[in-house]
Amino acid sequence: MATNASSQVVRTGAGARFVIYTLLAIFCLYYLLPLYVMVVNSLKPLSEIQAGGMMSLPREWTVAPWQSAWATAQIGVAATGLKPYFVNSILMVVPAVAISTVLGALNGYVLTKWRFRGDTIIFGLLLFGCFIPFQMVLIPMARMLGLMGLAGTVPGLVFVHLVYGIGFSTLYFRNYYQQFPTELVRAAMIDGAGFFTIFRRIMLPSSGPIAVVCIIWQFTNIWNDFLFGASFSDFDSQPMTVALNNLVQSSTGVKEYNVHFAGAIMAALPTLLVYIVAGRYFVRGLMAGSVKG
Amino acid sequence: MGFLDIRNATKSYGAVKVLHETNIAVEEGEFLVLVGPSGCGKSTLLNMIAGLEEVTTGDIAIKGRSMNGVRPADRNIAMVFQSYALYPNMNVAQNMAFGLEMHGIPKPERDKAVAGVADLLQISHLLDRKPGQLSGGQRQRVAMGRALVRDPDVFLFDEPLSNLDAKLRVDMRTEIKKLHQKLGTTIVYVTHDQIEALTLSTRIAVMFGGHVQQLGTPKEIYDNPANMFVAGFMGSPSMNLFPAKVAVKDGAAVARIDLVDGGVASLPFAAGNAMATHDGRDIILGIRPEAITDEDGADRKSKAIHRIDARVEVTEPAGSDTFVVSNLGGKEVTGRFRADVDVKAGDVFPFAVNMEKAVAFDPKTEQRLG
Amino acid sequence: MATTANTRAGNDWLRNALPKLVLSPSFAMVVIFVYGFILFTFYLSFTDSRILPSYGLVGWENYAKLFKLRAWGIAIDNLLIFGSLYIIICCLLGLALAILLDQKIRAEGFIRTIYLYPMALSFIVTGTAWKWFLDPGIGLQAVMHSWGWESFAFEWIKDRDMAIYTIVIAAVWQTSGFVMAMFLAGLRGIDNEVLKAAQIDGASNWALYRRIVIPQLRPAFMSAFVVLAHMAIKSYDLIIALTGGGPGTATELPATFMYSYTFTRNQMGIGAASATIMLMSIAAIMVPYIWSELREKK
Repeated sequence: MATNASSQVVRTGAGARFVIYTLLAIFCLYYLLPLYVMVVNSLKPLSEIQAGGMMSLPREWTVAPWQSAWATAQIGVAATGLKPYFVNSILMVVPAVAISTVLGALNGYVLTKWRFRGDTIIFGLLLFGCFIPFQMVLIPMARMLGLMGLAGTVPGLVFVHLVYGIGFSTLYFRNYYQQFPTELVRAAMIDGAGFFTIFRRIMLPSSGPIAVVCIIWQFTNIWNDFLFGASFSDFDSQPMTVALNNLVQSSTGVKEYNVHFAGAIMAALPTLLVYIVAGRYFVRGLMAGSVKG
Repeated sequence: MGFLDIRNATKSYGAVKVLHETNIAVEEGEFLVLVGPSGCGKSTLLNMIAGLEEVTTGDIAIKGRSMNGVRPADRNIAMVFQSYALYPNMNVAQNMAFGLEMHGIPKPERDKAVAGVADLLQISHLLDRKPGQLSGGQRQRVAMGRALVRDPDVFLFDEPLSNLDAKLRVDMRTEIKKLHQKLGTTIVYVTHDQIEALTLSTRIAVMFGGHVQQLGTPKEIYDNPANMFVAGFMGSPSMNLFPAKVAVKDGAAVARIDLVDGGVASLPFAAGNAMATHDGRDIILGIRPEAITDEDGADRKSKAIHRIDARVEVTEPAGSDTFVVSNLGGKEVTGRFRADVDVKAGDVFPFAVNMEKAVAFDPKTEQRLG
Repeated sequence: MATTANTRAGNDWLRNALPKLVLSPSFAMVVIFVYGFILFTFYLSFTDSRILPSYGLVGWENYAKLFKLRAWGIAIDNLLIFGSLYIIICCLLGLALAILLDQKIRAEGFIRTIYLYPMALSFIVTGTAWKWFLDPGIGLQAVMHSWGWESFAFEWIKDRDMAIYTIVIAAVWQTSGFVMAMFLAGLRGIDNEVLKAAQIDGASNWALYRRIVIPQLRPAFMSAFVVLAHMAIKSYDLIIALTGGGPGTATELPATFMYSYTFTRNQMGIGAASATIMLMSIAAIMVPYIWSELREKK
């Protein structure tokens, strides 16, 4: 982010600064509270939570809830833990992200450097596709996946995420390539490079940052999706979010809150790690997805 | 038939015609400059020669071969861009070799060609650097090197100096001129800077509004501008243009000019001037600042120096000269005086006008008369 | 000669068509799976589809039924309450935090990271965390009781009238940091010289923000509104994880209504009609926005 804080102009006194820092600290606590609750309660026995000790540190530390959430907890009808669903999510996310990023890059390249009549309209159509309420496509998509023999499978989910992810990938690359000097493309044309050579030799080497933004955005979105997962998967192809919800909402037996929290952290961990490692790109993606250009 | 022939070429975007029928024949080894204000169509024309934009109608031919439908890569041209357009991910040597690589030249030959051109441009020590590590002037050289290495039939330059600071721009201008004289290549060069046009070119096409206003050598353009646009655009400070009326007496033509304080000044045209047949006609008189001087500074070789007394409005000392602004025919008129002339605003001062250098324009068509 | 000319023409054709060919798979996918499907669902909303699509046209019957359903009325009311509170609180909180963070704060990057991380989480995770934290039996209320504040009561999540506000709490927690980031970017884009000029004119800090800074954040407000409104209308996961639409149907939103009517109550026609209404409301917000964004670009 730019460094020209308006603070360079606005001066605040010591008292005001104390108030500002206090407020900022309070809000840090507010945002961290649920994370704290999840972490400490995933590491304590159930009895401590039931006794009203949700906010305390564990008196007795235990990783049993994690083991249970990962390998033995009852999810739906099977006591498999979340592990197979974690695997499902990975199998779903990796190809969907990879393909939609590649297609997005090519689309962005065409829409900015090989413009043709009506390209803006096509882009507008692609873009609007990102924002539709997916309730509008659930019914026909369920039938279409059935026709394609992909109903209730991980490849089916990959396909769905691919279709509805292209708009955003294209948006990112298009806005990025719009800033990319067209003279470079023209120079390469005069040098004799063709469509794909220009893409591979001139555009791609400069596309690192936006590719990271796009991959992170797609990864986060697809990993965190619930609606498509709940609508188009079977018991054995559910992604992590759906399995977590099943774990938490199961109405049989004692509610094992500590296991729920451990499961929730597992579901959050991949995207959270990405956020911590590459937060800058994550924020860029968020901003580009809303405050376009 | 020239080396590079532009024949009735036009360009339209939808209903908007950005380039009207244009005909230019460029000889081999010529340095043609397309000059004009932005939006005049000069860059469009250059892009059409490059093949980056299709001609709408007409034809562009290089060495007698029509280029319509021929890809930029197959035209055997090279181009230097305003932003230099160096590939940021490749080093200087790779940048220069890229075009050869794309044309399937084997590596040893590429290396040899790059080394030769780098030597010529004195950029051998930069070959391993990335464009981001170069200064503006170095990038400019690399961009030229990339063009030279291709050994093309025609070089195209698109405002190549406009991103440089003033001092470097002058140096590079000289450098480009030297290079042209040394290599004898055919160059088409686009600029909005009329000084660049005058210093570099062997011929200039002044463009405005999608039309070529005048095509000629720098001297023709400067001394005999075809119309008032060319007169005003070329030269700095630009040519003085002010209304006058022709009067003919005994076969000799005189320009009569209204003065600010009510009087009328008379300036006889040089002997044999075509104005002799235009008695009574309203004209716009065009006289360059260097033809309006103090009396001692007047051109001694001229046979048509005439004195006119006018009130000085502003003086602008510019070091080597002093520009003196007065008013003739209701228009501001600038004269170029020697620096040490003692002249002050408010004075009525004798101006020496060299009528050999005067040109006349039709006030309606704005075309030059005679 | 003729054959070489032909292949050259063929190559030219391919070269010219290549960019469009590359774009066409994506375009085809979007045409079929977005717009084709929208038309299909739109069509279904005029049919007597129940458990499976059926093609008997019934005119506006589904829409008439839909607007007579108490559950839909509740969903719309909830959306209005949730949506307006969500947007207003997120904007106010986001703006406040952005302004505070814009005062040359020492650990700005670190604090920003903390404010924004919820955006990386799934709504299912957020819902789970808040579900148990707000649960009177073990969460905040139980903690307060165990700390000795026996009279403390916070049972919104079990309360038909208040449960919708717990959705607001969790949703604001998740997105307000993002809104903060949008406003912060807006603040950073303001020309410092304008602020200096205002200060020389004698503006106090308060006046500076109220009269100069905040009015210049209009585009950021615009973007925040569009993003938040569109997220509110699409809200589904959070409700499922936090309240499951309950207690009873107290926290149903259009998105959960559509899902349950289509897939569990086998009223596909009505479900399609409700989806169509969701699409129309989102289109009403997004289409002008996208249109203006694309126009500016040109």
